[in-house]
Amino acid sequence: MAEVAVRCRQVTKVFGDGEPVHALRGVNLEVPFGELALLIGPSGCGKTTLLCILAGLLYPTTGEVEVLGHRLETLSANELVRFRMREVGFVFQQYNLLPTLTAVENAAVPLLVQGIRRKEALRRAAEILQQLGMADRMRAYPHQLSGGQQQRVAIARALVHNPRFLVCDEPTAALDAESGRRTMELIRQIAVRPDRAVIVVTHDARVLDFGNRLIYMNDGMIVREEMPNKKIAS
Amino acid sequence: MIWVAFQMLTGDRAKFFGILVGISFATLLIAQQSSIFCGLLLTASSQIYDAKDAPIWVMDPGMQFVDDIKPMSENELLRVRGVPGVAWAVRFYKGLGRARFGEGKFQQVMILGLDDAYMVGAPREMVVGRLEDLRQPDAVIMDERGYRYLWPGQPYILGRAFEMNDRRAVLVGVCKASRTFQTFPIIYTRFTQAVRFAPQERKALSFILAAPQPSLSAKEVALRIEQRTKLKALTRDEFALVTIWYYLRRTGIPLNFGTTVLLGFFVGTAIAGQTFYLFTVENLRQFGTLKAMGVTNLRLVGMILFQGLFVGVVGYGLGIGMAVAFGILSEHSDRLSFYMPWQVMVGTGLAVLLIILLTSIVSLRRVLVLEPAHVFRT
Repeated sequence: MAEVAVRCRQVTKVFGDGEPVHALRGVNLEVPFGELALLIGPSGCGKTTLLCILAGLLYPTTGEVEVLGHRLETLSANELVRFRMREVGFVFQQYNLLPTLTAVENAAVPLLVQGIRRKEALRRAAEILQQLGMADRMRAYPHQLSGGQQQRVAIARALVHNPRFLVCDEPTAALDAESGRRTMELIRQIAVRPDRAVIVVTHDARVLDFGNRLIYMNDGMIVREEMPNKKIAS
Repeated sequence: MIWVAFQMLTGDRAKFFGILVGISFATLLIAQQSSIFCGLLLTASSQIYDAKDAPIWVMDPGMQFVDDIKPMSENELLRVRGVPGVAWAVRFYKGLGRARFGEGKFQQVMILGLDDAYMVGAPREMVVGRLEDLRQPDAVIMDERGYRYLWPGQPYILGRAFEMNDRRAVLVGVCKASRTFQTFPIIYTRFTQAVRFAPQERKALSFILAAPQPSLSAKEVALRIEQRTKLKALTRDEFALVTIWYYLRRTGIPLNFGTTVLLGFFVGTAIAGQTFYLFTVENLRQFGTLKAMGVTNLRLVGMILFQGLFVGVVGYGLGIGMAVAFGILSEHSDRLSFYMPWQVMVGTGLAVLLIILLTSIVSLRRVLVLEPAHVFRT
C-alpha cells in the first residue's frame, strides 16, 4: 500500500464561543500519496473547514492532523506559514488571481513568496503555463482571460513551487461543463504524481469520475468513502 | 514581494491617483501656507536685513520690534561710539511721514534717514539713478514697489518733486527694497533731511547702527554696548528674531495660518486615508490569498508600508513641486509673500509621513486580523 500523505484522527472543529457551531465532529481520514481524493457533500457539511485544517489554514479544536509527516496541530503559527509556503498548493473556486499581474506573473507568486529572484520565478512560471497550454496567453491580465483560462493560471500558480500537497476548493464551480471537465483532466494529468496528494472539494457530480477516492461528508462527519468500483467504508 | 506590492498599488490607476491627489493636496496646502507664513514673517524683519552693512542695531530699551520706534537722544550716539570694541556707530532714522503730490494726492510713506557721511543702511541695489545723488539738496530715493504704486504704468522719471511736512523733496533715484509689513512706499534720504521731512519730535534718533572691530564678534560688542549704555543692542539676526517673535505673540497670523495648515493635514489624511483604506479593503481577498500561500504578517506589513511610502514620496514630490511653482509665480507679485526655507520642506515631509503612517495603520489592521481561511469563502 502507498505511503499515507494525509491522516486525520478524531478531528473536531468548533467555531464561536456563545453558541458554538460544530463544523467537524470526529473526522478520521487517510489519503495516500499519488491519489486524487474528492471531498464531496452538501453546502455547510464541513468539507471546506476540513480542507482548511489539512492545508494548515485553521487549527483543529481537537484531534490529530498529520500531513506530509507534519503534526499540524502542534505547529506554531509561523511554522504553519512555512509549511503552507513550501508544501501546499492552492486552487480556489474564484481563482483569486491578482488582477494587476499578468498570467505569468500570477503563476510566479509562490516562488516570489519563497524569495526566488523574479527572473527565475517568471521563467519557471512560463514553463508550467506552457505545459498547461497557456503559452500564448502569458502576458494577458486576468480580466482578459476566460474562466477556464484563469483556472489554468491558478493551477499553474498552485504547482509552480512543486508542492507535495495540492488542495482545490470547488475548482469547477465557476466553470461551464466543458471547461470544468478540462480543468479536472489537467489536474489529473499534471498535478497527480506518486510523490503528491491532491484533495479536491466539490459538489459537482460531473467531476466524480476523476477521483481515485471519493469521500462523502455530511453534518461534519465522513459518512462514506469509495474507491472507483469499490466501496471501502460506510 | 515589494514588486508585487508595487504592481498591486499602481495597477488600479483610479485609486492610485486618488491617493496621490490626497497626499499632493495636503503637501501643497501645508507647504504653501507655511511658506506664505514664513514670507510674511520675513517681511516683518526685511528692513533689518536690507541694512546689510549694519551688524549691530542699538535702540531704546523699551523697543519691542522694528516698527516700534522710541527715539533716543543724540548723546547716546556718542556713548555708543565710546564703547570699547565698536568700530563705528552712525545715526539711522526710521519713521512715518505723509507725502503730498502735485495732483493733491496724499500718501503715507516710510522715511529712512541714512547717516549723512557714510550712508549706512542704504538701498541694496539701484534701479535708476545713483546713490551719491542722495547728497544733493532735498534728494530722496524711492523703492520701485512704491514708485509703481504711486505712478502706476509710468516709466521711471527722475526729478519728480513732492512735499513732505511742507518741505520739498526731489526724486533722484529708484531702488530695490524688500517688501515691508506696512507696505507703504519707502523713502531713503539723508538723516538731516529725514528729520525735516518727518513730523517734528523732540528726539529724532530712531536707531544707532554700529559695527564691531574686526577681531570681535557682533554679539560680544552688542553685549558690551548694553552693559555700558543701558540701551538695547542686538545683532542683526537677534533683532530680526525679536521682531518676528513679536508678530508671532501679538498678532493672529500664526493662528490663521496654523488653522489652514491643520486643515490641509486633516483633509489630506481624510482623502488619502479613505482611498488607501478602500484600496486595501478591495484587495483583502488578494492579501488573504497571499497569506494562504505563506506570506507572513511581517511581510504584509512591509508591503503595505512600501505602498504607503511610495505614494507618500511621489505625492510629496508633486505637492512640493506645485508649491514651489506657486512661489516662482508669486515672485513678481507685490501682494504675496512667499519664502520656503528647508525647514518648511522637512516639516511638510514629516507631516506627510504622519499621514502615511496613520493611513497605513488603519489599513494594516484589516489585513493583520484577516484569517487566511477567509479566501475559501465565496
